[in-house]
Amino acid sequence: MSGAPLPAQAVTPAHSVLRRFVSMALVHGVLVAGAIFMLAPFVWMLVTSIKPPAEIFSGEIALWPKRFYGVENYSLAMEKAPLLRFALNGVIICVGILAVQLLVAIPCAYALAKLRFPGRNLLFVLILLGLCIPVQVPAMPLYIALAHLGVLNTYFSMMVPFFLSVFAIFLFRQFFRSFPDDIINAARLDGMSEFEIVWRIVTPSAWPAIAAFSVFSAVAHWNDLYWPLIVISDAKLAPPPLGMMFFADAESGSNYGALTAAATILTAPLVIAFLIARRRFIDGITMTGVK
Amino acid sequence: MATVALSSIAKSFGPTRVLGGVDLDIADGEFLTLVGPSGCGKSTMIRIIAGLEHQDSGSVAIGGQGVDHLRPHERRVAMVFQSYALYPHMSVRQNIALPLTMSRLRLWQRLPLLRQLSPGRREAMRAIQADVAAVAAQLQLEQLLDRKPAQLSGGQRQRVALGRAMVRSPDVFLMDEPLSNLDAKLRVHMRTELAELHKRLGATFVYVTHDQVEAMTMSDRVAMMDSGMILQLGTPSQLYEKPASLKVAQFIGSPAINLLPATVAAGGRLELFGRPLALSVAPEAGQAVTLGVRPEALALVQGEPGGTGSAWFSARLRRKENLGSEYILHFELAGRDASGVSMRVSPAIAASVSEAAELALGFDEAACHVFDAQGQRIEPRGQGSATASVVPLRA
Repeated sequence: MSGAPLPAQAVTPAHSVLRRFVSMALVHGVLVAGAIFMLAPFVWMLVTSIKPPAEIFSGEIALWPKRFYGVENYSLAMEKAPLLRFALNGVIICVGILAVQLLVAIPCAYALAKLRFPGRNLLFVLILLGLCIPVQVPAMPLYIALAHLGVLNTYFSMMVPFFLSVFAIFLFRQFFRSFPDDIINAARLDGMSEFEIVWRIVTPSAWPAIAAFSVFSAVAHWNDLYWPLIVISDAKLAPPPLGMMFFADAESGSNYGALTAAATILTAPLVIAFLIARRRFIDGITMTGVK
Repeated sequence: MATVALSSIAKSFGPTRVLGGVDLDIADGEFLTLVGPSGCGKSTMIRIIAGLEHQDSGSVAIGGQGVDHLRPHERRVAMVFQSYALYPHMSVRQNIALPLTMSRLRLWQRLPLLRQLSPGRREAMRAIQADVAAVAAQLQLEQLLDRKPAQLSGGQRQRVALGRAMVRSPDVFLMDEPLSNLDAKLRVHMRTELAELHKRLGATFVYVTHDQVEAMTMSDRVAMMDSGMILQLGTPSQLYEKPASLKVAQFIGSPAINLLPATVAAGGRLELFGRPLALSVAPEAGQAVTLGVRPEALALVQGEPGGTGSAWFSARLRRKENLGSEYILHFELAGRDASGVSMRVSPAIAASVSEAAELALGFDEAACHVFDAQGQRIEPRGQGSATASVVPLRA
């Protein structure tokens, strides 16, 4: 007799495909919502930069202007504000800061990760504590010191507080810790000095971490308004955000079309750079996080 | 070519004592293997020879010269690591050339911008490339010179690591478990290759492994280590045939030696499971000793066991292990205070017995090792008085 019931065929192929579809739709729905939330301000900036003033202040929300006003806005922005000058200042500051940060942080991180010396752990704790101090705390003493040195209103004064990045030391230390000791020992046996090991052996393997940190550093200092606002009063030296502020005050007043056009021009380099380095950036974050 | 002399090397990592005053003299051109279980201090020892670790006390001499004050690359040693430790971003060619560029080019000749300007660099680089090509030819690496380590198989990486060591023509090769990351077949192949390389180069090899087969097959001498001490130093056959202690006996040989508990009766005569053996020990050996019998020294006793003075015991066959050319029979000693016993037999004998059968296993007393309660080897007295009475029967 066939008393024992066969297990019901719960999962038919069609059923499982449907379930997969639903869960995928759910996941992607959440991600799309997040992406819209993140991108909306950028989109709004782009749209505004090609609208004529009358449409900007009209009550309706439109993703495309009725009258294309981009040429006028962008040419006005380029004409009235020295945008290329601001961008150049931004590049000088970002490159200068990043170069010194890497020069200092990579050997420090190597020493903390791979060399044995007394007080190493204490130093690392101090670095972790350094991570907790916001830039606003030492702003006053730094300003006074720079004023006494007579270097206010220079590129140097904008860069100097950021030369030593505890975050970079921390990030690279975590990365270097997973670098095999055997390779370092092999390099020592082959006759390399510790400095050569750092720059010729360890650093080339750390490109993902360096790329990741470079993005962090460049974004932070390209967009920094706080510190340049304190030490810079000469518009010729202004980095992008400070330049935007001068521009908004002096030239455009309430010309939001030109203002957003300028903002678009100044944001573009970063976005493009990030898109190029995106893969490396993600690798760097994941590799330093795990292991 | 050089001798290596270690005298009373001691090393601790924090509270853990890793090496406890080790003395070791390695002859010029010798292949010496440090073998032992993990954590026995063998890797630390080789790293002290290389100069990668500093001993707490004692001294190292290479070629008769003290090297304690020298940095690793000044010691004229080369090391091959278990993980190969190739520079991941450099091609095979660059990996092999690196030790030479470091020793033959000055600092400014290696700097990115200055190097193009420095005189003599081109000739030096040409000589280096010629040396690299010579080494690559010896190791059949010519086709791989422009690949990166990530594009190589394990065996190829191993050869690149060897090439990087060979190119400097060092006095001493230090090898830290170089074959452990290879698959079994390649390991057997590389064993032969390494032994041949040693013969060809004539350099001193110090080889670290936890694999007793590698130690037995390649070395001139083997130093068996445990807990930071050398338990025994000798040729592979000395270690196998005359193990100085229980630990050496257990570590060397596969399948492992069979250990049987024996008691000391009156007059120092040994008894195994209540039966007297034709072996006796000095009275100071204590009440209990351990008898070590190699798996190939055991034989099935055919017919009625228990003739005069015959050494035998009964055991139940638990499992037959087929190795193709031979069988390993695993027995259990039911109700006795001993672990299992294994025995090496020919396929014909293995076919003649069935599992779960209770069998009599005989052995020649002359072929067994006796260890006291501290695990030290003791030489039994009066061997040969009755040993010849049992000749184990083998088909």
